[in-house]
Amino acid sequence: MDTVPLAWFLLLSAVLFGLGVAGFVFRRNIITVFMSIELMLNAVNLSFIAFASRLGQVDGQVFAFFVMVVAAAEAAVGLAIILTVFRNRATLQIDELDSLKN
Amino acid sequence: MATAIFLIFAALAVICGLNVVLRRHPIASALWLIGVMVSLAVLYGLLGAHFLAAAQVIVYAGAIMVLFVMVIMLVNAGAEQSSTASRMASFLGLPLLAGLLAVLGYVLWRAAPLAAAAKPKGTARDVGLALFQTYLLPFEITSILVLIAILGAVVLAYREKD
Amino acid sequence: MNPYLLMVIKAGLVMGALLAALLYLQWVERKVIAHIQLRLGPYRVGPHGLLQPVADTLKLLIKEDLLAPHVNRFLYLLAPFLAVTLALISISVIPFGPQIEVAGVRTWMQLTDLNVGVLFVLAISSLTVYGIVLAGWSSNSKYPLLGGLRSAAQMVGYELPLGMAVAAPLLLAGTLSLREIVLSQQQFYGGIFPGWNIFRLPFPQVISFIIFMIAAFAETNRLPFDLPEAENELVAGFHTEYSSLKFASFFMAEYANMITVCAMATVLFLGGWLPLFPVEYGSSYVPSVALALAGGLLLYHGLPPAFRRDRLSLPAFGAAALALAVVFLIPAVQALLAPLFWSLAKTGLLLFVFIWVRGTLPRLRYDQLMRFTWTFLFPVGVLNLMATGLVVALRA
Repeated sequence: MDTVPLAWFLLLSAVLFGLGVAGFVFRRNIITVFMSIELMLNAVNLSFIAFASRLGQVDGQVFAFFVMVVAAAEAAVGLAIILTVFRNRATLQIDELDSLKN
Repeated sequence: MATAIFLIFAALAVICGLNVVLRRHPIASALWLIGVMVSLAVLYGLLGAHFLAAAQVIVYAGAIMVLFVMVIMLVNAGAEQSSTASRMASFLGLPLLAGLLAVLGYVLWRAAPLAAAAKPKGTARDVGLALFQTYLLPFEITSILVLIAILGAVVLAYREKD
Repeated sequence: MNPYLLMVIKAGLVMGALLAALLYLQWVERKVIAHIQLRLGPYRVGPHGLLQPVADTLKLLIKEDLLAPHVNRFLYLLAPFLAVTLALISISVIPFGPQIEVAGVRTWMQLTDLNVGVLFVLAISSLTVYGIVLAGWSSNSKYPLLGGLRSAAQMVGYELPLGMAVAAPLLLAGTLSLREIVLSQQQFYGGIFPGWNIFRLPFPQVISFIIFMIAAFAETNRLPFDLPEAENELVAGFHTEYSSLKFASFFMAEYANMITVCAMATVLFLGGWLPLFPVEYGSSYVPSVALALAGGLLLYHGLPPAFRRDRLSLPAFGAAALALAVVFLIPAVQALLAPLFWSLAKTGLLLFVFIWVRGTLPRLRYDQLMRFTWTFLFPVGVLNLMATGLVVALRA
């Protein structure tokens, strides 16, 4: 079984990270922005695990595990914030969330 | 064989990622994001990280994305309207992104070590040993972090019973 | 033999058996619930209603396949497909027997053994939420949406106690591979008492088994936790807008999930294919004895039957059971099929418990259900896991 070169995994990780950045910067719906953040975190996880595999260590996988846990915590709190924002402003477009008081 | 699997699932991951960013309705983006996560789980399995592949599906695709999907359904805000952002940003944005990717890709291609791995370790035993021996303190602190996140989410989303 | 060909044959056998089991599990359920309610159940279509599932399948296939205009078409079509596919996948890591040798080919009675087999089954079960949630959302109508969201919250809420209940016997077995878990239960205490995880000596996993079964009822949306598809509360819950084959797919998925969950409970807690007492004391003859008893019972009821309709069928089935009992006396057949018999008997027993509970208990209201998991089942699961861990650590 031939092994896949490390550079290919890193390239895929870079492409996914770039897509995440594009979503984060260009999209107007706050939930989609949040999902682009998750896409970036996944891309970084792929890098960690690719390096862990190439170096024969398990530390990269442990870091990826922590990234997953922190992403879960962040998703929970972030979605709670989004729900509260929606209840108060009735909109999810970040263009319209531009003043502190209504 | 490994190359074929990598190419198929990498292409799948990129297509799903593109759809996450390009679709108008957030629920479509969420479903394509689940596709990204499952393809990445397959790639983790290819790299020998079996435990993390399963954890990716259980935690990310099976719990976090369910949370996203449920919030989108509860909020039910509908598809996104097109923005009134500056046209300069729209013109420059995509070419700059392509440039960033080209530079990143070039640097990674030249600099990545091509040495084959020692036997990759990724079973639950290896990850578990590392988590409970070398990384015990971060592990315990992350559990406190999750507890704080749960409390925060409950406090933020709490509605007074009126 | 070419390993790919072997894999294709095994996959064909397992999937064929699973689909046949799905079909006839529905017959068994209707019969058992009917007898609990002192009536007969399907009786007219074929001998004792045995052709009823075939009739039902034909009916569902030729029913009008509605595609209402107000549904979100892609998701509407994706949801039943996803539900059925995921339900059928997780059976592929469950071991049904030890390594056997048939016609010179040596293979395990298991499609594939992953070294994270338990996590694989948990992962697939957490993805099954999507089939229901997407069905509810795509129907663009209030009853399915409510049913879908409730079911999603219920399944996510009961996944945690399920995980805790699964983690406790893993501490005793020390491995995540399902085959190794069964092999770790191979000892007999005092030469005769089985060392299944539910009886395993440092800490018998009785509490884990009970928590697993309760969480399994909730994960498969069965009574007493079936509010999401409750016929009398929510019209029909998340599958209101579905008809014909897509509707049938959801039911197939539910029964397949039931079979998977019972097979997991058998492997994790009841010792998989291991017999109740050692082979030296004659446990290989138990299949013959059981089949002979069944045949005897059928002949006793059949030889003057209570209804004239059963003149031929009951004695015929009795004779068939006796013939099978004789076949099971052959040592070659015993060596091959006795472990399979034990595995299927235990799974069948748990499925009977599922059906029995459905016919007996009332439905839990949604808030009662959620309160039950978060304030009772999950803490008990955590305490059980801690106690098991403490006992294992102190013993080592």
